[in-house]
Amino acid sequence: MLRFTDEHEWLRLDGDTATIGITAHAAEQLGDLVFVELPKVGAKLTKGEAAAVVESVKAASDVYAPLSGTVTEVNEAAVSDPASIGGDPQGAGWLYRLKLDDPADMDALMDEAAYADFAK
Amino acid sequence: MSPLAAGASPPAAAKPETPSLARTPLHALHLRNGARMVPFAGYEMPVQYSAGLMAEHRHTRASAGLFDVSHMGQIVLTPRSGEADDAARALEALIPVDLLGLPEGRQRYGLLTDPSGGILDDLMVARLPGRLVVVVNAANKAADLAHLRKHLPEGIAAELVPGGLIALQGPKAADVLGRFADIATMRFMDVREVAILGAPCLVSRSGYTGEDGFEIAMPEDRAEEIAEALLADASVLPVGLGARDSLRLEAGLPLHGSDIDPGTSPVEAGLAWAISSARRQGGARTGGFLGSERILSELARGPARRRVGLRPEGRAPVRAGAPLFAEESGGAPVGRVTSGGFGPSLGAPVAMGFVPTALAAPGTRVFAELRGARLAAIVATLPFVPAGFKRG
Repeated sequence: MLRFTDEHEWLRLDGDTATIGITAHAAEQLGDLVFVELPKVGAKLTKGEAAAVVESVKAASDVYAPLSGTVTEVNEAAVSDPASIGGDPQGAGWLYRLKLDDPADMDALMDEAAYADFAK
Repeated sequence: MSPLAAGASPPAAAKPETPSLARTPLHALHLRNGARMVPFAGYEMPVQYSAGLMAEHRHTRASAGLFDVSHMGQIVLTPRSGEADDAARALEALIPVDLLGLPEGRQRYGLLTDPSGGILDDLMVARLPGRLVVVVNAANKAADLAHLRKHLPEGIAAELVPGGLIALQGPKAADVLGRFADIATMRFMDVREVAILGAPCLVSRSGYTGEDGFEIAMPEDRAEEIAEALLADASVLPVGLGARDSLRLEAGLPLHGSDIDPGTSPVEAGLAWAISSARRQGGARTGGFLGSERILSELARGPARRRVGLRPEGRAPVRAGAPLFAEESGGAPVGRVTSGGFGPSLGAPVAMGFVPTALAAPGTRVFAELRGARLAAIVATLPFVPAGFKRG
C-alpha cells in the first residue's frame, strides 16, 4: 500500500512497517540535495514531529514523521550520497523505515491519485 | 516538509505571480528557459532554470553563466557643470573612496556609509565623460536615490535610469562577449561604452561570482534580443539567483542585508580594502565622509569584531542566523553566521559570519549552533575559491 501526506512524504507499507521518503514532486522542488540527517534506529517518533532534515544548496527542510512508530532502519546510502535521492526519491532514495504503532493509520492518508491532485 | 532556513537567497517554497511584483525586460526569456520564479526585492526573478542550481553554479565556474540583474539600480549622477570631477568630489562626501582619482573608463567598489559608520549599501561607481554611473543593490535603490538626493549639492542631478542589466560571468565570458563587442583589451574594473547588435551598451569587466566576467547595461527594449544572442552560444547557460548566491558566497563577497548592513562598519566587515588611502589618515583628503570618525578610528585601532569565512567541519550546512560560540559547550554566543550554505565547487559547506577579533585569525576553531547541537567550524581566509579576475 502506497500513501502520501500533505507534507510531501510517501509511505509504502509492508506488514506493519512503512518505508518513508520524500515525493518526486518534493525532490524536484528542492533541487540537488547536499545533506541529509536521519533519525536514529530505535527512536520513537510521534506523528508530526521533525524526523529528518534534507538540505539543498540554498535551504534546509524538515521531514516530519507522517505517523507514529519506531524507527527500524535508515538509508545509509542516502546519507553518504544525498544527491542520489533526487534520482529515485520514491525508490532507492527512501529515507527510513518506521514500525507503525497502528498500521490502520495509513488509511487516513492520500492515495496516489489524491496526492497527484494535491501536488498540482 | 517545511523550509527550516533559506539563508540569504529567496525561499524555495515562495509562490510567484504576486501581481504587485515588477518584471525585468527578460521575464519572458526566463519562462522560456524553464525558470522557477520567486519574489526578490520587489521583482519576480528566476531562482533557477531547468538545469538546476548545482549545474548552473558549476557551469559558471567552468564556462559562462548569464544572469539577469536588471532589478539592480542604475543611478546616473550628472553635474550641471558637465565636469565628472564635480560629481566625484560631491560623492566623496558619502563614499570613502578616492573618486577624484578614478580615471575615466574605470570603476571602483564603494560603500555608502551613514553618520554612525554603518553600511547603507555597497555599490560600484564608474566614471564616464561628464557623469558617474552608480550600480546599487535592488532592495536599496529607492533609499539610495533618496540618500544621494538629500546629501548631494543642488548642481548634481541623481536619476535612477531604466535599462536591462545582464551579467556574463565565467572563464569563457570574454570569448563570448568578444564576438559581439571590442572588449578583449578591457581589464578588471574597466568600463567601456560599446555597441552590441547596434544597441548602445555600457560594459564593465566585473561581477559578483569571483570569476572573470562582465556586467552589461543596455536599453530595455534590446535586452531580450541581446540576452538571446549571448545564450545562443553553447558556452552560456542562464543562471538564477540561487547560484548567484552560492557563487558569491564561495567568492567571499558580502551580501548587503545579510552580511553587511547599517549595523556593520566597513572595517568590521573586512572591507577596509575598499577605503582608498587618499581618504584615510595621512591621505590627500582624509575623512570628509559620513561616519568617518568611527571608520578612521577603527582603521587605526582595529575593530572589536570581524567578518570571517567559516568552514564547518562535517557535511551539514550552517546557515544565516546560527549563533557562534567560542567553546563546544556553555558560554554565551560570541557572534553569528550571516550567510551560509553549501559550496558546490568546494563540495562542502561554507559560511560567513562575525566573530570577536580575538577569534578572527584563520585556523581558529569556533562552534555554530545547529538544531540544538554545536558544530565545529574553522575560521578561513576569503575567498574560499580563488578569483579568476583579469587584472593584467
